[in-house]
Amino acid sequence: MGRAAFDEMTGRPNGQAAEGVRSAYAALKEWLETCPPDFFDTRRSQAELFFRRIGITFAVYGDNQSTERLIPFDIIPRVLTKPEWELLERGLKQRVTALNAFLGDLYGAQECIKAGVVPADLVYRNPHYRLEMLGCPPPHGVYVHIAGIDVVRVDEDTFYVLEDNARTPSGVSYMLENREVMMRLFPELFAQHRVAPVENYPDALLKTLRSVAPLTATRDPTVVLLTPGRFNSAFYEHSFLADKLGVELVEASDLFAKDDVVFMRTTEGPKRVDVIYRRIDDDFIDPLVFRPDSVLGVPGLMAAYQAGNVTLANAVGTGICDDKAVYTYMPAIVRFFTGEEPILNNVPTWCCREKEALSYVLDRLPELVVKEVNGSGGYGMLVGPHATKRELDEFARKLKHDPDGFIAQPTLSLSTCPTFVASGVAPRHVDLRPFVLTGADEIRIVPGGLTRVALKEGSLVVNSSQGGGTKDTWVLDG
Amino acid sequence: MLSRTADNLYWLSRYTERADFVARILDATMRLAALPASYGGERNEWEGAVAAAGNLDEFKRLYSAVNEDTVRDFLAFSPNNPSSIANAIEVARENARAVRTALTTEMWEAINGAWLELKGFNGAEMNREEFARFLEWVKNVSLSFDGSAYRTMLRNDAYWFTRLGLAIERADNTARILDVKYHVLLPQTERVGGSLDYFQWTTILREVSALTAYHWVYRQSVKPWLVADLLILNRQMPRSLANCYELLVRHLDLVADAYGRRGPSQRLASAMQARLSGTKIDGIFALGMHEFITDFVSENNKLGAAIAEQYLV
Amino acid sequence: MRVRIVHDTIYRYDRPVRALVQALRLTPRDHDGQHVLRWRIEPSADGRLTPREDSLGNIVHMFSADHALDEITMRVSGEVETADTSGILQGSVERVPDPFYLRETELTAADEAMRAFAVSASGDMSADPLGCLHRLLESIHRQTAFDTDTTHVATTAREAFAQRSGVCQDLTHVFIACARHLGIPARYVSGYFFRADGVVEQDAGHAWAEAKVPNLGWVGFDAANGISTGEAHVRVAIGLDYLGAAPIRGTRQGGGSENMDVKLRVERGRPPRQMQLQVQA
Repeated sequence: MGRAAFDEMTGRPNGQAAEGVRSAYAALKEWLETCPPDFFDTRRSQAELFFRRIGITFAVYGDNQSTERLIPFDIIPRVLTKPEWELLERGLKQRVTALNAFLGDLYGAQECIKAGVVPADLVYRNPHYRLEMLGCPPPHGVYVHIAGIDVVRVDEDTFYVLEDNARTPSGVSYMLENREVMMRLFPELFAQHRVAPVENYPDALLKTLRSVAPLTATRDPTVVLLTPGRFNSAFYEHSFLADKLGVELVEASDLFAKDDVVFMRTTEGPKRVDVIYRRIDDDFIDPLVFRPDSVLGVPGLMAAYQAGNVTLANAVGTGICDDKAVYTYMPAIVRFFTGEEPILNNVPTWCCREKEALSYVLDRLPELVVKEVNGSGGYGMLVGPHATKRELDEFARKLKHDPDGFIAQPTLSLSTCPTFVASGVAPRHVDLRPFVLTGADEIRIVPGGLTRVALKEGSLVVNSSQGGGTKDTWVLDG
Repeated sequence: MLSRTADNLYWLSRYTERADFVARILDATMRLAALPASYGGERNEWEGAVAAAGNLDEFKRLYSAVNEDTVRDFLAFSPNNPSSIANAIEVARENARAVRTALTTEMWEAINGAWLELKGFNGAEMNREEFARFLEWVKNVSLSFDGSAYRTMLRNDAYWFTRLGLAIERADNTARILDVKYHVLLPQTERVGGSLDYFQWTTILREVSALTAYHWVYRQSVKPWLVADLLILNRQMPRSLANCYELLVRHLDLVADAYGRRGPSQRLASAMQARLSGTKIDGIFALGMHEFITDFVSENNKLGAAIAEQYLV
Repeated sequence: MRVRIVHDTIYRYDRPVRALVQALRLTPRDHDGQHVLRWRIEPSADGRLTPREDSLGNIVHMFSADHALDEITMRVSGEVETADTSGILQGSVERVPDPFYLRETELTAADEAMRAFAVSASGDMSADPLGCLHRLLESIHRQTAFDTDTTHVATTAREAFAQRSGVCQDLTHVFIACARHLGIPARYVSGYFFRADGVVEQDAGHAWAEAKVPNLGWVGFDAANGISTGEAHVRVAIGLDYLGAAPIRGTRQGGGSENMDVKLRVERGRPPRQMQLQVQA
């Protein structure tokens, strides 16, 4: 691995004597040092009990042994100062504003293609670029209502955007439940810190969703949350959010479209639906337009959407922003659409579709992280420094075979945070997924987000499907 | 409320009620079969049990002989019988899971707990005593589930749909028993009660847990026409057709008032209630008991379909 | 040539179907080689039939039935005047830029074997792309057996190529997959084909490919017949693959299993009869 990582508590590279402490962590460090170990042990088992009781689980694909798992929760919070958060907040708003403008342009005038900001074939050949959206602006022009922007930190001053999740980002229920359990377990700590609340997220989400109701909706628009059903890995989150929002949790069979209007079947007869917060991918939402074998979708939904009678959040066709090759053009996209320098930068990235980049990547494979352009959740990824010779050879072959399908990044030394592990408290790498809400009226971000932590020593993979855990994220208010 | 949610609640109730009913049929049949031959009549109790609580054609497709073992397996445990106790609990729990947030914790724990415990029973290896205990357990599952619904649910449309499911299922169950046993329930003029039939009649009463109730209501020895009266027309008797329709009319009215709209199910239910309250048991015998029951079952199914059409799809 | 078409698609259901919705790509448009004289869609059941244009420029009718039904026949009939343009398409409705037609889909993805085949069958693309595509067409036509029993609507180009057999849909998918691999935008066309051998009753509509030849434009390649498209071809809808151009895509609730039957007549249309002025006897 490259240089040692920045530790968010000590402010020093890992491995060096951890004498000092950054002021944001001062109280926390003292707490860690003064509380007896068995105190933490009981609290940890209490936390686990809490999560088990509420049934907050997720399913892991291709794992027959235990398809329903608890994501490990670490009771040591991750702390961000107010100035740090303000920087992030400005950067996130700028980035999401650019994403929305970018999508509006891609499905509209296509100025950014004409100006050469992004290559045409990268757009047109991308399966997530949905022609159905051409010339069909969504209500109020908002495409990405809910964005999960993954951010990593490498030193005191530098945050990078690792990836944009503009389709159906998940994890926000963990942000909320983590806070809930922390407040129950450690009221004393909260009294010592002024932690900005996150519990207003559902309220902000509902405001956002209602603000983008179609013009043909009544003043009291009906919002629903569309789930693929209880066998979906994120079903807990869907039912949790529907409950908190006070909206119906619907499956496709609860909805139908008639004469370009969407209705839900209720005991009182058909009820018009105005806004659908859908947690189903584009491919599955309408079997007449996308995958014909989909049973998760609503026939005629796209026609109603195109007629402007229903809002889908997020809009159809936002997946192109999640594409890792498109990601590499994001700094230029931000400049083009906001006229500003990006506040949050990308991780330096080599787009293997470019010849020089490919040969550079092939030369330095053992130092790099290689990702599939269309992969997600840490699947189909090579972490060079941790890979065996065979894995490296395998990836080199894949890269030569399909360079368009991959990007590469340096092995970032993601910042670390103190984390409980078997041997006690030790630094572990973390990232951050804040959730950015864009409505017709304003952009809302609750302070914080979901901090994911790689529990294995030295590991950089924070995905829950690959042994990652979560932490509560504190933004100190003053 | 989403139609799907109402549908799940309705079937959750129906299947829990069905599990209880099948358990009662099995329980009563075991008693009848245990009688000495000289008390027993035609000795086709087990076939009667399948006819009342399942589907004879389906049964005969699966088994070559009708006897205690095969009927026990079919009615209590068989995965191939959609109305077996095991299946009923499974389907009830599936429905409960789908509407987990619409249930109270008590209801969920009652049905989910039952489903978990069910896996611990091994039907093939049970002796009669164990089997009897199993049936007792099933009855307790329905009691605790229905009790928790009654004690913990908000009195809104969600609750009303559980009552509708329960009442439709009960009416159907009682009618099925009457349909299988109508030939032993003959009018006063045609029959001199013999000791053989006595046991058939008490079996029927046991199947609807009304043996004690009978004595309280009529204060005389068991007479077939009074058994029929109790099961069909007595409004105090929880499993009588008349009581089931009181429940149906009441809860359909509550739904209609809440939604501000009446429909075919309200009409069908009150028409049947009017018919039942305007009828005497002699009238039913005069018309033909079998015809009456056949007609009732078909009307009750029609009501079930109307409820589904009006609210559940 | 004047081509007359009567195309019935009959669906029969075990049990009554509720909520039938269909998207119909069954309406041809004009271009230089094709003029639609008359055309109509007639569902045998009451319902709402509304025309739209999809993002590729196809005319799509959405049909939703008013009542439950056991059976429905979707009849399209009309007459089209066609002319031979040596396969070159001009004056067609084009809504999206060419690179879009390089996009790979599940049905048209090429595997290693197909990529190798595409390169060896076509030869050097830079010199004479049109000639290369014709060589590719010939090779696919020659080595693929026309067989209606070995494939189904969801068969991929890879599967059809591996077994070297299929129907017009499969051959077209293979051609498209190969052309895209060679960097040539290619697309799927569904339509009708007039048979010169006098056979009028057909079992199914026809399909072929169009490829964008540099410096020439879109050209029709009929892999099933091994020819360029001509006046026998009536062009109806285009897509990235069969799914995008499928004549009928539908969903329904209930109905149990379904049985589909196609009755298609493609014949030479007669010029309008001379109207005789009636005279008093």
